[in-house]
Amino acid sequence: MRIIKAYKFKRLNRSLGVDLLLFAVIGMVACFMALPLVFTINNAFKPIDEIFQFPPKLFVRNPTFKNFIDLVHIFNDSWVPFSRYIFNTFFITTTGTAGHVLLASAAAYPLAKIKFPGRSVLFSIVVLSLMFTSHVTQVPNYMTISWLGLIDTYWAIILPAFGMTLGLYLMKQFMEQIPDALIEAAKMDGASEYRIFWQIVMPMVKPAWLTLIIFALQNLWSGSAIKFIYSEQLKTINDVFGQIAAGGIVRTGPVAAVTLLMMVVPITVFIVTQSNIIQTMSTSGLKD
Amino acid sequence: MAPYFLIFTTFTVVPVVMSLLLSFTHYNMLEPPTWAGWSNYIRLLVQDDVFLIAVKNTILFAAITGPISYMACFLFAWLINELPPRLRAFLTLVLYAPSISGNVLLIWQLLFSSDSYGYANSFLMSWGFILEPVQWLQDPRYMLGILIIVQLWLSLGTSFLAFIAGLQNVDRTMYEAGAIDGIRNRWQELWFITLPAMRPQLMFGAVIQISTAFAVAEVSVNLLGFPSVDYAGHTIVTHLMDFGTIRFELGYASSIATVLFSMMLLTNLLTQKLLRKVGE
Repeated sequence: MRIIKAYKFKRLNRSLGVDLLLFAVIGMVACFMALPLVFTINNAFKPIDEIFQFPPKLFVRNPTFKNFIDLVHIFNDSWVPFSRYIFNTFFITTTGTAGHVLLASAAAYPLAKIKFPGRSVLFSIVVLSLMFTSHVTQVPNYMTISWLGLIDTYWAIILPAFGMTLGLYLMKQFMEQIPDALIEAAKMDGASEYRIFWQIVMPMVKPAWLTLIIFALQNLWSGSAIKFIYSEQLKTINDVFGQIAAGGIVRTGPVAAVTLLMMVVPITVFIVTQSNIIQTMSTSGLKD
Repeated sequence: MAPYFLIFTTFTVVPVVMSLLLSFTHYNMLEPPTWAGWSNYIRLLVQDDVFLIAVKNTILFAAITGPISYMACFLFAWLINELPPRLRAFLTLVLYAPSISGNVLLIWQLLFSSDSYGYANSFLMSWGFILEPVQWLQDPRYMLGILIIVQLWLSLGTSFLAFIAGLQNVDRTMYEAGAIDGIRNRWQELWFITLPAMRPQLMFGAVIQISTAFAVAEVSVNLLGFPSVDYAGHTIVTHLMDFGTIRFELGYASSIATVLFSMMLLTNLLTQKLLRKVGE
């Protein structure tokens, strides 16, 4: 009884019954949503006869590491060392993500908080461009990149990633919520725009850029670079894995192992960033 | 700010403007484009019967998945938000799992496999609802429905995460103030405090959901095949892919993109109007 009382005291406007009901719903949905994760993990440890078993089973019966060992053998045979592919992917992903988060945030701040002519026009262009399908812009995009001489370099992937639309829009929406009074107060105290950006704005929108890191990373990590990068030593892990899968049906086991390995990095980053998303809004007595 | 917009213009604005211009030309990527005036659009709206099927499918699809997935994104973000950080991170991962793992559609192929071993068929047969397996992914009666279910399952994506982050930005003191002002339950709190405080994120989510709901293609191609039986899973974007990447009629494909773009634009205007009413 005391627990329930403490519970009521701690949380405003909540009742235990509705809480339980809602979380039962979440639990059921969660089981359903977790299916692909469960499936991928199980598949990676299945011996070859279980992978091809018909009708297929979700759970593995005789777990084995054979798929991973086979994968190592495949990589030992390739003429570009596997570590080079890892380096390529890490370089593209980290540079692209860092650059995009920084540039998009820096561009979002004036768009959200500084009044200048043409601001709303600029912003509508950004939102509109989110709605244009990439299928038709691919060809003009290729022409631009080749004209800039970026084909077959890392920058063919990294540079466009810097200018992705999503980040700017996300950051701008979050920065809009920061009270103007806070920024004006900082200005009164003599802080430069640069300092306001780094010491007030960015800490306050921490949940936003943590989320943006996931989006950018996921995009670059699992995206294909095959359209722009042809040299074997510059290829990303993802594209190399595609080549392994193209090796035919005997590669099914290693491919299952690959699928699991490819998920490890995004999931790790995801867990780290998500558990760091904490309350940041502190208006400390400010009134708009 | 300048560096971002320089890159943004080069890799986003220029290609969009170019394809807008291309939509008024005949262009096969080998010969230089020739001016076509409105003929692409006329052909699209008057002569292309398949396009009309695609439009019908897309609108039906967007009208169902758009609003439901948008609300689901918010609802789950909101419910999860009250949990302690670790549990919240774990549940977020589980709910976001379909968007982060690569081979998600395989599960659905298994489930709706058309022989009697597919999970859906074997379940329905053992319960006696049906006597022989249903060709779920080849029968036009079920295809659009399955597409909708799968897309809904995939829907806790970008906007979901944006909402989770947005909820962290809501000022906690407003809830206490609200309780004093007479807010008595969580639903009132949601409508009068949380939703209005999250308006920027709600607008963001709306744009994202609209563009995903209208641009559905990948799920259809992977699950139902391309082209799908009787065009039952044909959408505007698969139609566009047909002309852009198979027939190399890039001018025509661009005009399809422009029509799609204007549909999204209109929906977005309506949605933003509705969102302004939230919390009143």
